[in-house]
Amino acid sequence: MTRRRLETVLLHAALLTVALVTLAPLAWMASASFMAPGEANTLPPPLLPRAPTFANYTALFTRLDMWRNFLASAVIAVTATVGSILVNSLAGYAFAKLRFGGRDRLFGSLVVGLVVPAQVAMLPLFLLLRELHLVNTYAGALVPYLASVFGIFLIRQYTLSVPDELLDAARIDGASELQVFRLVALPVIKPILVTLAAFTFLSAWNDFMWPLIILSDSAKHTLPVALANLVGEHVQDTELMMAGSFLTILPALMVFLVFQRTYVRGIMAGGIKG
Amino acid sequence: MSTGCARAQARAGWLFIAPALLLLATFFVLPVVAGLLLSLTDFDLYAVADPGAARFVGLNNFAAVLADDAFWRAFANTLTFVLIGMPLSLAVSLAAALLLDHRRARLRGLFRTVYFVPVVTTLVSVAIVWRYLYHPRYGLLNYGLELLGLGPIDWLGDPRFAMPAIILLAVWKNFGYNMLIFLAGLQTIPDELYEAAAIDGAGPWQRFRHITLPGLAPTALFVGVTTLIGYFQLFAEPYVMTQGGPLGATRSLVLLMYEEGFRWWRMGIASTVAVLLLVITVVAALVQLRLQRRPT
Repeated sequence: MTRRRLETVLLHAALLTVALVTLAPLAWMASASFMAPGEANTLPPPLLPRAPTFANYTALFTRLDMWRNFLASAVIAVTATVGSILVNSLAGYAFAKLRFGGRDRLFGSLVVGLVVPAQVAMLPLFLLLRELHLVNTYAGALVPYLASVFGIFLIRQYTLSVPDELLDAARIDGASELQVFRLVALPVIKPILVTLAAFTFLSAWNDFMWPLIILSDSAKHTLPVALANLVGEHVQDTELMMAGSFLTILPALMVFLVFQRTYVRGIMAGGIKG
Repeated sequence: MSTGCARAQARAGWLFIAPALLLLATFFVLPVVAGLLLSLTDFDLYAVADPGAARFVGLNNFAAVLADDAFWRAFANTLTFVLIGMPLSLAVSLAAALLLDHRRARLRGLFRTVYFVPVVTTLVSVAIVWRYLYHPRYGLLNYGLELLGLGPIDWLGDPRFAMPAIILLAVWKNFGYNMLIFLAGLQTIPDELYEAAAIDGAGPWQRFRHITLPGLAPTALFVGVTTLIGYFQLFAEPYVMTQGGPLGATRSLVLLMYEEGFRWWRMGIASTVAVLLLVITVVAALVQLRLQRRPT
C-alpha cells in the first residue's frame, strides 16, 4: 500500500513539474511586461515587478501605434475564420454526403496536397498577387487561410458520422440540397465547425511568414510581424518587448480557453481517424 | 433514390465544392506548379520589375544551388533540427500523455489544458520571450545554471548551442499537440488487455512494451509524419532569435529560401530551394512511413 502511495506522489510531482516548466516562460513574460524599464536587466533576475506599471503597454499603444497592428491582426484573423468556415464546411459536407462522379478520387488527390509545404507556393503566390494588385492588402494577406485541405478533411471526417436517413427525411419533405445542408446538417456538425473556427483563427492570428512577405506597409503589419520588427530596434527594452509579446499572445490564449473543450476534442478526433 | 434527385445531388455536390476548389486551384495548385517553372528560370530583381526579362535556364539553378555550401549548410541545419527535435518532441509528448493517462492522475483536464497552452501561443512572441530567457547575462536559464554551479552559456551566440537552444524552444512549444493525439490513441487501447497482462504477471515495463507501444503504432505513424513535415519548415524561430546566425549555424532551408527570394529577389534560386525542400520532405516522409510500417 505504501508503494502505491509513493507512486501516486511521484506521479503528481511529475505532473506538477511539467506544468511548471510549461508555464514558467509565459509567467515570466507576463511579469516582466509590468516591470519598469531596465528592471528586468538586473542581477539577480527579478521574478516579480517591484512596482507594477502599465507604462510598457501605454508606450506600445501611443508611442508605437501598435493598435493599428492589433486591428490588422483582428481584421485578417476574423475574416479568414468566417471565410474558412463557409468554404470548407460546404466542401467537407459535399465530400462526405453528396454523391457525384469522381468525388472520392478528387478528395484523395486533395489529401496528397497535405504533404506539400505551404512555403513552396509562397514565391509564385506573391508574384501572382502582385499581378492582381493584392500585395500589401488585407485581402492578399488572408487568401491562404480561406480554403484549406485540412479544414475540408476535418469537416468531412466528422460529417461522415451523420446518419443519411436524417438528410433523406428532409429531402422527402421537399427541402433543396442547400436547405438540407443549412437546416439539417449544419446544426449537427456544429462542434467541428467550432474546432475549425478556433483552428483557423489561431493559425491566422499566429502566422508569421506569409504576412511578413505580403504586407510591406508597417501600419498594415500584423502583430507578429510588427513584433519581429520591434525586436530589431528595441532589443534592449526587455520589458517593452514582453508587453508586446503578451499583447500578441493574449487574444489567442483567450480564444483557446473559451473554446478549448470542443477544440481539443476536434484535434483528438482528427488525429485518430487520420 | 430517383434519377432526378441523384442529378440534383450531383449538381449540388459540384456547386458546394466549387468555391474551395477554385481557391485551392488559384492560390495553391497554380503557385506550386508555377514554382516548379520558376526554378527553371533566372527570375531576379530585373524580372520582378519586368517579368518578360526572365529567361529559361534549364537546370542551371539546381546545379548552382547544389554546388553552393550555403545550401548544404542550411540542409544540415534543418536536418539536425528534424532528426534531434522530432524524436525529442515525440518522446516528451508521449511521456506527458502517459502521465495524464495514468489511472490515479487527478485534475487531468486542468493539466491537459496547461500542457497545451504553448501550442496556441504566437511563435514570434515566445521566440522573443525565449531569446531573453537565453540571455547570457540576465537570462533566467543561465541564472538557474549558475545556481547549480554551471555555465554561463552564450546560448544564441555560440554556434554549438544555438541550434540546441532552438530545438528546446520548439519542443516546449509543440509537445502539447502530439500529446493530445497520443492521449486519444491511448484511449483506444482496451483496458481488458492491461488487466489480462496484469493477471499474467506482466510488470509495468512489460505492459508498456507489449501493449501500449504496439497499440500506439497507428497513432505514432500519423504523428511522426505530420511532425516531420512541420519540422522541415523551420523559419520563425531562427528569423526572430538568431537571424540564421551565429556563423550560419541556425540558417534553415526556409530561411535561406526567404532570404534569396525576398531579400535579394533571386526568385529563380529561391524557387529552386523551395522545390528541393519539397523533394526532401516527400522523400523523408516516405522513408519514415517505410521504417514505421515495418512490424517490430
